[in-house]
Amino acid sequence: MEEQTEQTFSPTIVGFLCNWCTYAAADSAGVARMKMPPSVMVVRVMCSGRVDPLFVLTAFLRGADGVLISGCWPGQCHYQTGNLQARRRTALLKSIFDTLELEMSDRFRLSWVSSSEAPRFVRVVKEFDREITDLGPSPIQDELFL
Amino acid sequence: MPEGATSSAFTPERLRTNQGAEETVRQLLRSLLQSGQVEAVLALGKTGTEERGVAYSLFTEPDAFAMDGDALPLLPFMPANGGGLLSRLTLGGALARPVAAVIRPCELRAFIELMKLNQGGLDNVVLISSTCAGVYPLGTAVNGNLDERVSSYWEGMEHGELDEAVRPTCRACESFIPEGADITVALFGEEDLDRQCTLYLNTERGAALAQRLEGTTVTGNSERAAIERSKGERDAFRQKLFAGVDVGMTGLIHTFGRCIGCHGCKTVCPICYCQLCHFDSHDCEREPGYYEGELRRKGGLRVPPDTVFFQLGRMAHMALSCVGCGMCSDVCPADIPVSTIFSKVAASAQATFDYEPGRDLAEEIPLRTFKEEEFAQVAT
Repeated sequence: MEEQTEQTFSPTIVGFLCNWCTYAAADSAGVARMKMPPSVMVVRVMCSGRVDPLFVLTAFLRGADGVLISGCWPGQCHYQTGNLQARRRTALLKSIFDTLELEMSDRFRLSWVSSSEAPRFVRVVKEFDREITDLGPSPIQDELFL
Repeated sequence: MPEGATSSAFTPERLRTNQGAEETVRQLLRSLLQSGQVEAVLALGKTGTEERGVAYSLFTEPDAFAMDGDALPLLPFMPANGGGLLSRLTLGGALARPVAAVIRPCELRAFIELMKLNQGGLDNVVLISSTCAGVYPLGTAVNGNLDERVSSYWEGMEHGELDEAVRPTCRACESFIPEGADITVALFGEEDLDRQCTLYLNTERGAALAQRLEGTTVTGNSERAAIERSKGERDAFRQKLFAGVDVGMTGLIHTFGRCIGCHGCKTVCPICYCQLCHFDSHDCEREPGYYEGELRRKGGLRVPPDTVFFQLGRMAHMALSCVGCGMCSDVCPADIPVSTIFSKVAASAQATFDYEPGRDLAEEIPLRTFKEEEFAQVAT
């Protein structure tokens, strides 16, 4: 992350997007030229259930300001239940972050966005970008002793 | 006492013998080997003679359980988590002949968790456990003051008090009553342990194995006041330990700053059963370009890197099954209170899923199951 001042701070958000829904929604949003902050760096995964907690930790410890996991709505998973397992893992990670009072808890989000919901994807990104911008750069970026 | 794995028609029994606890357990194990009811017994034993060390061993000779034999079935030390050892013994399929294992409640819980993870099975395994007053740090097992330690241990045991020299993890442990054992030896808070001993025969198999022991069947309330009182004391100590955990990223860096990266905590952890750990794998090898990139990015880097990543990652992988056995703290060469931090994280993670590791073999590990409607607040 380059040095940024408060005014020009644009967060880096790592987005793990499900191939079957959110990734398609993000694609349609792009094709339709909907406006949204350019802060999400997309990692396409085959299912939100593919996201190992280690992926999230890696993103944060390498300096991401936020992490977004986005997959299909409950009941619509391409693999039946991957999204419900992702939800459990998210609950676990949040519990660990909360217990250790790590700020990552507020910088970590799971959202459901189906492939036909390009406007919803834009809204999720705008909201999350706003929240992370308000939180400022992740303090982990300056930690040398990780 | 919970029911074991066998038939539901069986009613648990209690047997009181007229011999001390040590004698009773030794006699029981000797008779099992003599009669051929079990092929071997997994128990602690002496290693060497002068500077006495202790290790888990498989004993086949009944003489090992004579009063001066090499086996030390109730010695308060934990050189390895016995649950992990049982998993290794049974991983390749059922044992050909029965083996009895004398293990502590946390080791039993670890074995149950490992069975849930398909890392072992109950077939031909007889589980003998006891109510537990903790174990001493392993490092003190060779210091020559062992006998003195052990006598104060047993005195405390009768009064339902913990020796202050047992591991902090043990002093903070509230799960010292074993669940799921075939036979439970009642020790904690029991009077006259040098003259009598009560065995809880929880399963049909356990009752059959204890048949050769002489004693009287007793009934009555199993929960003794000493156990309840100790639970309170242990809880208070636990809260004190938890309150001392350094939190926040700064706290984590402070705590794990002196980690030497030996991964000993992972090696002794019964739940970390993976043959190749992600953190030892090629995925975690860093190439020169990585260091250069990090230096350009933030102007400095701890080497070797990824200490916090390893600790947080291991928490994410095993916190739900953490049985709080304390092996990790015991082996840490840098004296990091690994177990305290992991137990604190595990307690809230397990509470999130209303899960208690090792409580019941039929209970699924939370990450292997889910409900349609749950954690609505987690996903937005």
